[in-house]
Amino acid sequence: MSVLALEHVTYSYPGASAPAIADVSLEIGPGELVVLAGGSGSGKSTLLRAANGLVPHFHGGVFAGRATVAGMDTREHGPGALAAAVGTLFQDPETQVVMGTVRAELALPLENQGEAPAAVARAVEEAALALGIAHLLDRPTAELSGGELQRVALGAALAGRPKLILLDEPTSQLDPVAGDELIALLRRLNEDFDAAIVIAEHRLERCLGFADRAIAMRGGRVVCDAAPAEFLAWACDAAPELATPGARLVSGLGLAPVAGVKAARSTLRSRGLLPDVDPFARGASDRRDRNPRRRAEESALTLDRVWHEIDRGPAILRGVSLRIAPGERVALMGRNGAGKSTLLRHAAGLMRPTRGKTRSSGRVALLLQNPTDYLVHERIAQEASPRALATVGLGDPALANRHPRDLSGGEKQRLALAIVLDDPERQAAVVCLDEPTRGMDRRRKDELAALLCELDAAVLVATHDPEFVAAFAHRVVLLGEGAVIADGSPTQILARGTYFATETARILGGAGGALVPDEGVAVISSFRTAEAQVSA
Amino acid sequence: MTYRRRASPLHAARASVGCAYCAALALATLLLSGPLALGAVVVSIAGAAVGAGVARELRRAALLALPLGLLIMAVNMLVAQGGLTVIARLGHLPVFGQTDVTLEATVYGAVLGLRAIALILCGALYTVAVDPDEVLALFRRFSFHSALTATLATRMVPVLARDARRLAEAQRCRPGPPPSRAQLMRATTSGVLDRALDVAAALEVRGYGAARRPSHGRRVRRPWSRHDFAFAASAVAIGGLAVAGRVADLLPFQSNPSLYAPVGVGGAAVAAALLLCALLPFADRRGIER
Repeated sequence: MSVLALEHVTYSYPGASAPAIADVSLEIGPGELVVLAGGSGSGKSTLLRAANGLVPHFHGGVFAGRATVAGMDTREHGPGALAAAVGTLFQDPETQVVMGTVRAELALPLENQGEAPAAVARAVEEAALALGIAHLLDRPTAELSGGELQRVALGAALAGRPKLILLDEPTSQLDPVAGDELIALLRRLNEDFDAAIVIAEHRLERCLGFADRAIAMRGGRVVCDAAPAEFLAWACDAAPELATPGARLVSGLGLAPVAGVKAARSTLRSRGLLPDVDPFARGASDRRDRNPRRRAEESALTLDRVWHEIDRGPAILRGVSLRIAPGERVALMGRNGAGKSTLLRHAAGLMRPTRGKTRSSGRVALLLQNPTDYLVHERIAQEASPRALATVGLGDPALANRHPRDLSGGEKQRLALAIVLDDPERQAAVVCLDEPTRGMDRRRKDELAALLCELDAAVLVATHDPEFVAAFAHRVVLLGEGAVIADGSPTQILARGTYFATETARILGGAGGALVPDEGVAVISSFRTAEAQVSA
Repeated sequence: MTYRRRASPLHAARASVGCAYCAALALATLLLSGPLALGAVVVSIAGAAVGAGVARELRRAALLALPLGLLIMAVNMLVAQGGLTVIARLGHLPVFGQTDVTLEATVYGAVLGLRAIALILCGALYTVAVDPDEVLALFRRFSFHSALTATLATRMVPVLARDARRLAEAQRCRPGPPPSRAQLMRATTSGVLDRALDVAAALEVRGYGAARRPSHGRRVRRPWSRHDFAFAASAVAIGGLAVAGRVADLLPFQSNPSLYAPVGVGGAAVAAALLLCALLPFADRRGIER
């Protein structure tokens, strides 16, 4: 018997002109781990909300078809009744954790189900142990990091031992370390508990490797439902934006794509295609040494031994010196708490260094993490000038009268960028962006990278996303404990790393300095040609 | 100012006992009116804050409460015309009319202000030293939804404060003239409503809408610790002293027509006993870590 069965489900939000999901039919069996893929607005979140009863009970709207969860029809059972069988984890950890301490948070769903106190206490202990958060049980939730909060929310979803766990982009608000830890945890839980897991995720390379099945959605419809390898073969052909970098690399070599770094490496090795080349051996070319502005004399932004020391607290920046040339595009990487956001705030003058100096050749525009914070008007046309809107690709007159908060995540990001760039009297000399790709699908990331490449100003972007860095940056600065620990071309930084590395670089071990699939294919092709010449 | 579990005897006591302890101090503040008694209560609260490791939080609360106390004193000085000892003749003032400041009205105002400060400090001590989730569990038996709503409102305060800081920073990044207050208010309200919707959805999927009364299974009985006994005994003793002091009028205080606040042996003993009862439970620091 299936845990989740959707039969011809069609659903429209109140006032919407088109259905968010249309004629969706699928079944998910016990213990299955299913990845839900698709761009922003493809219907992934709505499908998950149909499975936990929020659609239609919480959102209203028009619902057709039949959804059954663990034998319960969602038309007859609301989210409260379904909560015993379905655990749900949303994107934002801040708004999912409602109690004061971790222990109380884990206990809440069980108490809502009317469980006896002894059963609640036992389930809380077990969920805490399973998730490795036993040491946090008596900590106030207000003091937890994003990754810890998301674990706690997952614990609350798991505490009642549900048959089905739904996760809606659970890693989108987390740094890569916390995101990878959460995914690894899910994998273990899927093996230990017999719960089926459905996870909607943009960074498919993170979870396809251990999924049983992948379902792709487009325009509210299921367009592919297959095993990961078949899904990737379909994606390389029909939806390249859903193909993982590893799959595009392998497929570019004429082989059947596989999911995961290990499988891709093994496929290449078995065919003798894995070049054993040190990327920084003498004579090896730096593919990304394409930064013509680096040696320019003038500077758009200079940080001279900048310190940021908190009163009775730690030093966030420790003597950071950095010079960015006009037109140079720099990626700022490093783990959470390394000082990236603080550095951007100093660059924009939002903070004053406790020691050291910051200078810029003109205005510094700063786009912070949440673009919605910039939106204060009722119409898009009121937020920025037509010129600025056109610069970010929002010049379409049809958009002018729309409410800014009705835009998609990617469009909001671009509108906020238009707002910070929009000063006709003082053009921005430097544009700083803080984590602009959080929660974005790959198409939107590519669009943003293209937009940044078109700007005349110097660009400084704090990000955790190596694929995005490979797409736009001239240079990568790696921060650790508030100090610059590496500064070089994307190849120098991203080709050799394991954590700060693209998937292509991880598969090829940095060979040839290739960071993206096309470069990987070129490296392997040249390697094959060289080998053929040697044999000849 | 929020609750955070610390290694202290008061934090180690159960929430019901912590509530009773803070309530007993508040009761003493309300029942006893002599400056000596109120002084003993304030010193007891300050000592409890030091013993519980929350002195910094309470100092912040005291700094916020002090202007209120001074305001109460100033208003009483100007409004109350009772008392024989005139210390200043202010003449004819608008609103107040002919105003003479008397020593009695000033002292009475100071006592009222001190009482207000003591009550605020009791509330602050409760906020930082008593686990709100345990309190929620206590009140859940009577009204689960109301108790959860109250907890949720408390929990959302720091979240919304962070949102406000973010919004302010984003507005500083906007070039050109800053948006009007009305526009900012609208944006803030939209943000709060978005947050509220997200929280409501999270509560729904945690089964909040279908919340049921706990089944009558075997309850997990948490054994009473030495700190539970000590603070419960302290609360009973403080409450008893406050009632006894009031009924027996051991610490009398009058401010009209002239000041009358004799300190007899009985009164001094009550004040000293109050202090001792409030602070004695902090002496035992075994088993305070969790």
